[in-house]
Amino acid sequence: MRVALFATCLVDTMVPQVAHATARLLQRLGHEVVVPPGQACCGQMHVNTGYRREAVPIVANHVRAFAGAEAVVAPSGSCVASIHHQQAAVARRFGEQALADEAAALAGRTYELSQFLVDVLGVTDVGAYYPHRVTYHPTCHSLRLLRVGDRPLRLLREVRGLTLVELPGAEQCCGFGGTFAVKNADTSTAMLTDKMTNVLSTHAEVCTAGDASCLMHIGGGLSRLRAGTRTVHLAEILASTEEAVSPSQTTRPAVPA
Amino acid sequence: MTGTVPGPAPTFLGLPTAPRGVGHLRGDEPFPDAARTALRDGQLRANLGHATSTIRAKRATVVGEVPDWEQLRAAGKALKAATMARLDEHLLELETRVTERGGTVHWARDAREANEIVTRLVQATGTHEVVKVKSMATQEIGLNEALEAAGVDVFETDLAELIVQLGQDKPSHILVPAIHKNRAEIREIFLRTMPSVDADLTDEPRRLAMAARAHLRERFLRARVAISGANFAVAETGTLAVVESEGNGRMCLTLPQTLVTVMGIEKVVPTWRDLEVFLQLLPRSSTGERMNPYTTTWAGVTPGDGPQEFHLVLLDNGRTAVLADEVGREALHCIRCSACLNVCPVYERAGGHAYGSVYPGPIGAVLSPQLTGVEDNASLPYASSLCGACYDVCPVAIDIPSILVHLRAEHVEAQQRPTPEGVAFRALAKVMADPRRWRLAQRAARAGRLLARGRPTLPAMPPPLSGWTRSRDLPTPPAETFTQAWVREHGS
Repeated sequence: MRVALFATCLVDTMVPQVAHATARLLQRLGHEVVVPPGQACCGQMHVNTGYRREAVPIVANHVRAFAGAEAVVAPSGSCVASIHHQQAAVARRFGEQALADEAAALAGRTYELSQFLVDVLGVTDVGAYYPHRVTYHPTCHSLRLLRVGDRPLRLLREVRGLTLVELPGAEQCCGFGGTFAVKNADTSTAMLTDKMTNVLSTHAEVCTAGDASCLMHIGGGLSRLRAGTRTVHLAEILASTEEAVSPSQTTRPAVPA
Repeated sequence: MTGTVPGPAPTFLGLPTAPRGVGHLRGDEPFPDAARTALRDGQLRANLGHATSTIRAKRATVVGEVPDWEQLRAAGKALKAATMARLDEHLLELETRVTERGGTVHWARDAREANEIVTRLVQATGTHEVVKVKSMATQEIGLNEALEAAGVDVFETDLAELIVQLGQDKPSHILVPAIHKNRAEIREIFLRTMPSVDADLTDEPRRLAMAARAHLRERFLRARVAISGANFAVAETGTLAVVESEGNGRMCLTLPQTLVTVMGIEKVVPTWRDLEVFLQLLPRSSTGERMNPYTTTWAGVTPGDGPQEFHLVLLDNGRTAVLADEVGREALHCIRCSACLNVCPVYERAGGHAYGSVYPGPIGAVLSPQLTGVEDNASLPYASSLCGACYDVCPVAIDIPSILVHLRAEHVEAQQRPTPEGVAFRALAKVMADPRRWRLAQRAARAGRLLARGRPTLPAMPPPLSGWTRSRDLPTPPAETFTQAWVREHGS
């Protein structure tokens, strides 16, 4: 299958290794990966901060960039949830009916990575090797908007060498919430502290998730505490193999201390 | 009370919102400031963490027992949506039926009118004290303060509401107003404020409940007027319903001569059968019980049995303005179960007082700003990480995260002058809508590498990013973005 990779604005700019890992994984599974050069952002940050009118041209750019794509995959539950639940709605609100229809159609072909692997490709064993003790944080939008359920866990259980430890209080938000982390920095930090307490209680080397944004938050907190436990995106774990450990499949912390 | 200057509240779509200077819908400070103070209170954090996790687990167990819970939720949502679509007709029918059965219906445009009506009714009876059933509507309008200003003593009879009243405190939860207090603190309040309390009182829950019972019994028996809210009102029969756990409500609703019920207009349901759905949804979602201990229903007055005078005050106080907003109106479907508070990670940490309104938590963050007009509670729609836990547990499936996002936009669109944030977001939108500009901006972000001076994390940032970097590291941007590298390796 020819898969269009939506890196997302955050991954592209701040944690490119996650997009490299996603591409490498899909290629290893025998699929052609294309990276439409017009891509930027899904518009979620604008919509969720109250700038829905301003989000319309961002949505239009996204729809333009991925026009004609057979399947779009993004390593982010949150961005895919925004594409599914917000893009068409904001376009419609401002009278952009044609854009809304195109966005809705594109959303139907857009998948979060774990959903694409399990539901579309029908694989849970992707041939990965990752010899680390790992705990998984289900990010809120994967969990409650996309309902990815146990798909990431099913993928992780098949990774050779990996020890999966259950995260206590897994379903509680880490406190990221986009601009919430800045506008309500104190409450966000209190939520993060409890999340980190639970992560550290597992004695995992690595905390993984399907969203680079939440991982940047948890990782940023762990790094500040010099905790040692690092955050690594699910795509990076699934892309790792015994044969090919490349610099872009790093298992170094997302935010090294 | 509010710290704002009394004056006309701004209107929303031309409809009046809850007036300033009366009631408890507005806080003294924005949520982030109030939360900052609350977060430092370790006792509060411990009390809330313990209470919310206990009630969360109870709810999850009893909801899990109901195989058709999702259908019940859908039914509850559909019933509420249909009722709101013809609210005026249902309210007129309710008035007709209540009047036929010997009650009197009063229409109150806002908190001030409602307080005046109730005060006048109480004064007409010649009494100087009233007993109260726990009621959110009367807390919302500040009825206790209004009655006390008119020389009437008000006795709250719900245990938690009594604790709050005796402690000269404010409620911090819709269902459990004293959730922020633990039993040692409650014992201290009772010893300090109950005149005839046993000096050997312990903090055993049973002993505390018995002390409250002894304190209240006398007041129930001598009260001539009771004031209540209502969980539901059935339009077709003119029946009011109060759902409770302690029996204090039953005492207030049956013993006094006069009963005054203050009810938000959104509480009406068309038919008696509709209660079947809500009386299943409410107790499981609120107290985590299969069924609540006391459900009292009454219609008008019955000679020789119960109150001989019944007044129903129908309260608007901004509700019609909420109804006019096609996204926000779903907040009126709320049946005040407080399941959303108990699962909210923000509520669990900041507590109810930080919201400044009698309606805290996720539902409060969408209801209070709509009742007052969003500019009077502008920080509340942002008091959420949009994690969505509230939507999942809501027994009538109110999409609270979507309403929060909608109200954020209402706030942004209400600004007359450009704000720094607005300027930044508008500029960023122009950049993100144009791939060429976006690539240039990404290159500019790489300048952050200069700040890092070779270190893997960035130094402390100036505001507003300082909010992040005070407690969390930010990674140094990479030398090359993914898309750049891809183009370099693969062509375009």
